[in-house]
Amino acid sequence: MAHTANSDFKTRLQNWIPKLVLSPSVAMMLVFVYGFILFSVYLSFTDSRLLPSYGWVGLENYSKLWRLSHWEISLKNMGIFAALYIAICTSIGLGLAIFLDQKIRGEGLLRPIYLYPMALSFIVTGTAWKWFLDPGIGLENVMHTWGWESFEFRWIKDRNFAIYTVVLAAVWQTSGFVMAMFLAGLRGIDNEILKAAQMDGASNWNLYRRIIIPQLRPAFLSAFVILSHLAIKTFDLVIALTGGGPGRATELPATFMYSYTFTRNQMGIGAASATIMLMTIAAIMIPYLYSELREKR
Amino acid sequence: MSVASQDTAIRTGRITRTLIYVVLILFALFYMLPLYVMVVNSVKPLSEITGGGMMNLPREFTLDPWFKAWSSAQIGVEPTGLAPYFWNSIKMVVPAVAISTVLGALNGYVLTKWRFKYDTILFGLMLFACFIPFQIVLIPMARMLGLMGLAGTTWGLALVHVVYGIGFTTLYFRNYYAVFPTELIRAAQIDGAGFFQIFWRILLPSSGPIAVVSIIWQFTNIWNDFLFGASFAGADSQPMTVALNNLVQASHGVKEYNVHFAGAILAAMPTLLVYIVAGRYFVRGLMAGSVKG
Repeated sequence: MAHTANSDFKTRLQNWIPKLVLSPSVAMMLVFVYGFILFSVYLSFTDSRLLPSYGWVGLENYSKLWRLSHWEISLKNMGIFAALYIAICTSIGLGLAIFLDQKIRGEGLLRPIYLYPMALSFIVTGTAWKWFLDPGIGLENVMHTWGWESFEFRWIKDRNFAIYTVVLAAVWQTSGFVMAMFLAGLRGIDNEILKAAQMDGASNWNLYRRIIIPQLRPAFLSAFVILSHLAIKTFDLVIALTGGGPGRATELPATFMYSYTFTRNQMGIGAASATIMLMTIAAIMIPYLYSELREKR
Repeated sequence: MSVASQDTAIRTGRITRTLIYVVLILFALFYMLPLYVMVVNSVKPLSEITGGGMMNLPREFTLDPWFKAWSSAQIGVEPTGLAPYFWNSIKMVVPAVAISTVLGALNGYVLTKWRFKYDTILFGLMLFACFIPFQIVLIPMARMLGLMGLAGTTWGLALVHVVYGIGFTTLYFRNYYAVFPTELIRAAQIDGAGFFQIFWRILLPSSGPIAVVSIIWQFTNIWNDFLFGASFAGADSQPMTVALNNLVQASHGVKEYNVHFAGAILAAMPTLLVYIVAGRYFVRGLMAGSVKG
C-alpha cells in the first residue's frame, strides 16, 4: 500500500514538474507583458501626468493626442520613414541576394561585410552617420577641401530632408540582413525546375520574374513583417542621429511617447500614444504569428 | 539522385558578370564606409578632422582619443571616460544572458517534449511579447522596479532584459528541440529517467549549437539596448550605449569628434568581436528570429 501511494505520488510529481518549470516564465510574461499592457492602456484613459493617477477621463487623452501637431508630425514621419525604409531595404536586399547567388568569387568575404552593421548598436550607427553627414566636418566639408567648392549636402540640418538621413542610416544597418533572408530563400529553390525552363528557352529575366521571385513569397512576407516592426520601434537611431530635430523634423511615435511621458510629464498622452503603437504592431504581428504557428501542425 | 547544388543554375555572360561584381563591390564600400570613418578618425588629432580631412588617413597617428574616451572624457557631469559604463554593461549582460538562456532551454524542452493542452497558445503569447513596442511597458516597469527596490540598479536592468528576452530564447530552443527524436525521450522514461535526468543526459549534450545562437543573440541585443538603459538606469548603472550617447550629445565645450569615434568603436567592440568570431551563429539567430525555425 505505502509503496503504491509513494509511486503514485512520484508519477503525479513527474506530471507536475514540466508545468512547474514553465511557471516562472509564464508568470513573468503574464505580469510584465500582459499585465503591464493592461496597466498602460488603463493609464491612457486617466488624468496621469507626472505620476500615474487614477482619475478616469475617458477618451480625452486620445482626442488631445490627435489634435497635437507634434503627434501629426510623428505620424507623417513614420509614414515616410516606414515606406522608404521597407521598400529600399527590400530592393537592396533582393538585388544583392540575386547577385550574390551567381556563383560569385569572394562571396564568403562579401556576405559578412554586408551583414556586420546588424551587430552594431543604433547609437553607434547614429554617431558615425551623424558626423559623416554633418556639413561642418563631414561629406560636404571633405568635398570642399577636395576642390568641389559648390558641393552642398546638408540634409541632416534641413527640416525637409532630415528624415531621409534617418532612412539612409536605417537602410545601412538592416539591408544586409534582408539580403541574408532572401539568399536563404534563393538557396532553397530547386534547380531542376530552373534547368527545365532553361531547356525550354526561357531568358534569365523571365526565370526570375516567373519562377524564382514568386517562390520567394515567404521571404518577402518575413522581410515585410520584420522591417515594419523594426520601423515602428525605431527610437535609438533618431536619438543618436538627429535627436528628433532639426526642430521636430525627425520625431517618430517612439520618441514622441518618450518625451511626453518622461520629460513633458503628460503620462496619459504618452500612454495613449504607446497604445496606438502597440495596436499597429499587433495588427501586423498577430496574423503573421498565427499563421506561422499553425503551419507547424 | 544527384546532389542538389547550392548555387543557382542561372548562367550569365561576361559583361553581366562584370557589372554584377562592380555593384557588389560598390555596396561593400558603402557598408564599410562608416566603419572606415570611425576607425580612421579615432586615431588622428582633432585638427585634422575639422580641417576637412575626415576621409583621409591620419597624417599624425595618435591613440590619445582612445585613452581619453576610455578613461577621462566628460560623461554627464563626471570626467570618468566610458570605462565604468563598460563594466556596468558587462555586469548587466552576463547574468541577463545566462538566466534567459537557461529559462529558454527549459521552456523549449517542456513545450516540445511534455506537451499539454493549450501549450501552443502559451507559446504564442510568449512569442508576441518579443515584438511589442516596449513603450507600452515603460511606465508600469518603472513603478514595478521602484516597488521591488531595484530602481536605478544594474540588477533591475538585468531583470528587465531577462523578462523581455525569454520569448526569443524559448523560440530558439523550442524549434531546435521540436526535431529532436521524441522516441529517445520515451525510451529513457521507460527506463525510469525523470524530467531533469532526461534534460541533463539526453537533450543538453546536443544543445551546443542552439545555446551558442541564443547566447549570441541575447548578448548582442542586451549590449545594444538603449531604451531600457535610458529609462531605468541610475547615474551609476548606466550602460555603455547611454554613456556613449551622453558623450556625443554633450552640448558644452569643444566637440571632440575623434574621441566620439573612439568611444563608438569601444561601444561596438564586444558585439563586433562576437560577430567576427561566431558570425555563422549570429546569422542563424537572426534568421530564426523571423520565426521560421
